[in-house]
Amino acid sequence: MPHPLAGSSSEEAVGGDSTPSPDLLMARSFGDKDLILPNGGTPAGTSSPASSSSLLNRLQLDDDIDGETRDLFVIVDDPKKHVCTMETYITYRITTKSTRVEFDLPEYSVRRRYQDFDWLRSKLEESQPTHLIPPLPEKFVVKGVVDRFSEEFVETRRKALDKFLKRITDHPVLSFNEHFNVFLTAKDLNAYKKQGIALLTRMGESVKHVTGGYKLRTRPLEFAAIGDYLDTFALKLGTIDRIAQRIIKEEIEYLVELREYGPVYSTWSALEGELAEPLEGVSACIGNCSTALEELTDDMTEDFLPVLREYILYSDSMKSVLKKRDQVQAEYEAKLEAVALRKEDRPKVPADVEKCQDRMECFNADLKADMERWQNNKRQDFRQLLMGMADKNIQYYEKCLMAWESIIPLLQEKQEANGFQLVFIPWWSL
Amino acid sequence: MYVFLFLKNNFSVVLFLFRSVEHTDGQSVLTDSLWRRYSEFELLRNYLLVYYPHIVVPPLPEKRAEFVWHKLSADNMDPDFVERRRIGLENFLLRIASHPILCRDKIFYLFLTQEGNWKETVNETGFQLKADSRLKALNATFRVKNPDKRFTDLKHYSDELQSVISHLLRVRARVADRLYGVYKVHGNYGRVFSEWSAIEKEMGDGLQSAGHHMDVYASSIDDILEDEEHYADQLKEYLFYAEALRAVCRKHELMQYDLEMAAQDLASKKQQCEELATGTVRTFSLKGMTTKLFGQETPEQREARIKVLEEQINEGEQQLKSKNLEGREFVKNAWADIERFKEQKNRDLKEALISYAVMQISIRLHLVWTNSYLCLSEL
Repeated sequence: MPHPLAGSSSEEAVGGDSTPSPDLLMARSFGDKDLILPNGGTPAGTSSPASSSSLLNRLQLDDDIDGETRDLFVIVDDPKKHVCTMETYITYRITTKSTRVEFDLPEYSVRRRYQDFDWLRSKLEESQPTHLIPPLPEKFVVKGVVDRFSEEFVETRRKALDKFLKRITDHPVLSFNEHFNVFLTAKDLNAYKKQGIALLTRMGESVKHVTGGYKLRTRPLEFAAIGDYLDTFALKLGTIDRIAQRIIKEEIEYLVELREYGPVYSTWSALEGELAEPLEGVSACIGNCSTALEELTDDMTEDFLPVLREYILYSDSMKSVLKKRDQVQAEYEAKLEAVALRKEDRPKVPADVEKCQDRMECFNADLKADMERWQNNKRQDFRQLLMGMADKNIQYYEKCLMAWESIIPLLQEKQEANGFQLVFIPWWSL
Repeated sequence: MYVFLFLKNNFSVVLFLFRSVEHTDGQSVLTDSLWRRYSEFELLRNYLLVYYPHIVVPPLPEKRAEFVWHKLSADNMDPDFVERRRIGLENFLLRIASHPILCRDKIFYLFLTQEGNWKETVNETGFQLKADSRLKALNATFRVKNPDKRFTDLKHYSDELQSVISHLLRVRARVADRLYGVYKVHGNYGRVFSEWSAIEKEMGDGLQSAGHHMDVYASSIDDILEDEEHYADQLKEYLFYAEALRAVCRKHELMQYDLEMAAQDLASKKQQCEELATGTVRTFSLKGMTTKLFGQETPEQREARIKVLEEQINEGEQQLKSKNLEGREFVKNAWADIERFKEQKNRDLKEALISYAVMQISIRLHLVWTNSYLCLSEL
């Protein structure tokens, strides 16, 4: 008869790929600390509930179906290193699938490097100044500290660049931007860049001509609220980033000690007879826990920290857009005041003041719409982030669990030989 | 026999009270409780070491906190340390009480029952005089020629056991320290998540519960490390037991050395006697030299000396016989107790490892469930 704990819960513990049946989900109630476990399936019942990420995947799928039907798909993948005489750099493959009329072909595949993304972003900022442009991963890397060509770094960057393009793809206005189209389709992007085509939208053109130097007296309440929110938001994220880094540092130091701790049990095991096997088992177990912890800290560094930093960058760029909006409003108000002071009989408002008002109202509308979209995306992103982290933690704990559970049979067999019936009854099976 | 220990703090001295419940004819009798200080426990142990050198005498818990993971608990008056020491002393008495030979000792019985003057009673046994001097023991260790191989191996084992458990305890303390750091830094999340939740509308609740979870997590480390101390104490007992094992080996070496010296002495006396009887001088002796220089001794003088030597040889042979017997008895009895000890050690350490593993499992399980709960509440 297999040991009650020998039953592997690895099917559910490893990865979150399998989506659980709905009944399995219903069977779990997490009311108070009383947890009802599913019967059958894993004999040990030590498996975690369906990993949160698999649950989230199901939800996201539903979201897509509920939302508008997509007609544009963009993926960033396949990083490749290019070694040239002057420099070494990485390019990423951008694959585009679309049914939109703006695209001549249904599918495109091009290669782009970070420089090209940076170019795209500044073009978008220039041509769509009333909209919130998503951030790029950090441009500069301190050489010597981080290896720009290491697998981890390149993968982290790739994910961020993919996110960047997906956010633009999802935007109802930005996704139709001409520069974006060229970025996705042009064989020779450099030639296009050199042409220096300034394809500004009507608004872009308009905002470009807003003269600075006008000081806004008071920001309207709703935009002031957004400004305050962004300030606090960035502050809190910054604190969380620092704490996360500190945690990783502490975990690494803990790991160093664990890596010394495990082998001592091996040394001890070599002295013993009957205890040799169990002690060796403990040593291996601690080794497994150490490895699992290392994987967790890597995940934190690669998946958690970059998203925090990305949102801090996002808030910064959003605050500059807010400032620009203020300038537009300031100009309008100043011009309006000037007209009022001129004490003319005609109540008619001159054309250029009307233009300013128009500009301001468009800016406000665009910004409000983008803010709402941003808030929704932010909620989803952070929900996914926090649950992803909890999920990774669960996977780490489960690996440790399995490692320790495997020791128990080593220690129990011999006990039975002594005539003692030591039956290990896990409380969770009662 | 049952022994229970309780604690009482009296200024800077910690006293221990215990009651022993004796079964006489099926009836339980609660004898009077009495007070004992740590020094009296030490006295008891020292007495047992002298009178039962062939027994692996159970060790006392540490007097001062060592292998501490957190500076605070190095304080001997720290209530957690004092409590753990109480458990250690209780354990010490229980081990003696359950030992087939030691439990019958009169002084041990009096330790549990005689209120006053127990110290005097112990000292009256004169056990201190019977104790082997450290110097003698050290000398024997270096000079013994033919100790029983099993004891030599056992001595090596106990040295290595001591070394490996010390190393283990040191590293474990460092691991605990680091783990404490990890947990406590997580606590910082609590406040910032709470502050962040204040500016959010829909996300607010999720963030609040995340923050709360972090606070609970951070504070859980204290109990976890407290439980780990219990495991460390179990290891410490066997660290100190290694010393007791070595003491038995030392005693064997001493007895063996004594035996070898006695045999050597006897052999030289026999040779002297033979030389005197046959007149051949093979060994150097002062008497031989002086006789050469100053003239032969008279046959009567020689006769007298042979007589003395023969007496000494007789005595020597008797002594050697009894020493040999003593030595063999010692080896037999000591080895029996060592086998008993080995079984006990294997049982106890397996139990300790099982508890340790179970504790690790329950910690992880708890974390899996709370993390899952957190995930689902976020939804």
